[in-house]
Amino acid sequence: MHEARKKFWDGVRAEFPLLIGVFPFGMIYGALALNAGLSALASQMMSSIVFAGSAQFVTAQLVKDAAPGLVIILTIAVVNLRHMLYSASLAPYLKDLSLKWKFLLSYLLTDEAYAPTILKYEADGVNKTSHWFLLGAGFSLWFIWQTSTALGVFLGAAIPESMPLDFALPLTFIAMVVPALKNRAMVAAALSAGVVALLAYALPFKLGLILAAFAGIIVGTVMEGKK
Amino acid sequence: MNIWLIMLIGGLITFGMRFSLIYLFGKFEIPETLRRALHYVPPAVLSAIIVPELLYQGGKFSVTLDNTRLLAGIVAAIVAWYSKNTLLTILAGMVALVLLQLL
Repeated sequence: MHEARKKFWDGVRAEFPLLIGVFPFGMIYGALALNAGLSALASQMMSSIVFAGSAQFVTAQLVKDAAPGLVIILTIAVVNLRHMLYSASLAPYLKDLSLKWKFLLSYLLTDEAYAPTILKYEADGVNKTSHWFLLGAGFSLWFIWQTSTALGVFLGAAIPESMPLDFALPLTFIAMVVPALKNRAMVAAALSAGVVALLAYALPFKLGLILAAFAGIIVGTVMEGKK
Repeated sequence: MNIWLIMLIGGLITFGMRFSLIYLFGKFEIPETLRRALHYVPPAVLSAIIVPELLYQGGKFSVTLDNTRLLAGIVAAIVAWYSKNTLLTILAGMVALVLLQLL
């Protein structure tokens, strides 16, 4: 048990630098979700029900744009597809755990919990208590995400209506995309998605978004294959 | 559709993806093409949101100097490229928008 506790805190410590970056992000999410028209309770609960930063920002944007539920759900699915990669990558290290542990650790498997954990497992391998490391990393992130959301929802209510706060959503997306445009395939994916989104803007139910996303994904994948 | 139902289904799908291959270990591998395609999901989805958001003003296509959101978005993109800092990018874009609207 002592060993398990030590692993848990090792996980928290490894997560710590990421927590500092996540905290303001959670606050921004809370304030923007409220601004997008979600209730305070729904804004808060999304952080524990969906528990995936970028999908939550996108959902807030789509709720604000009055997109139909099915389109929002499909978008959440596409945005979160990458979690299958994390699941595949950690699977061999977690294969001997009970189903209960697999459930719990899967729920906590975010980008930020995955990153330090895979580094740790690849460097040191795993033994009977290693899963406590992922629990420490995952739970500390969960805890910070819930508290920062709450603070954001609380402060968001105090921001004056005249502030163009809704613009912070596309700005957040710009901050996520632009630094990732490091090669031709990424640029091509972003450009083609943008162009298709413009051309398909008039389509009903925000279907243009789905069409544009798939166009970008296909163009990027094909471009990379040609290198 | 009710927002709670959307969140519940979205949450179940997200959990399902996180759980999928931990559960199916050894029984299923992600095909190489899908693996590659997943890298392009964030730029594709986010650009598909950003571009119309900046180029349509009140439902009308607008690429002029009157489109303050477009100009502020360009400022933010430049800051994002050089700083790679989310908070700084949001701050720069917001300040640019407020200033441009005052002009």
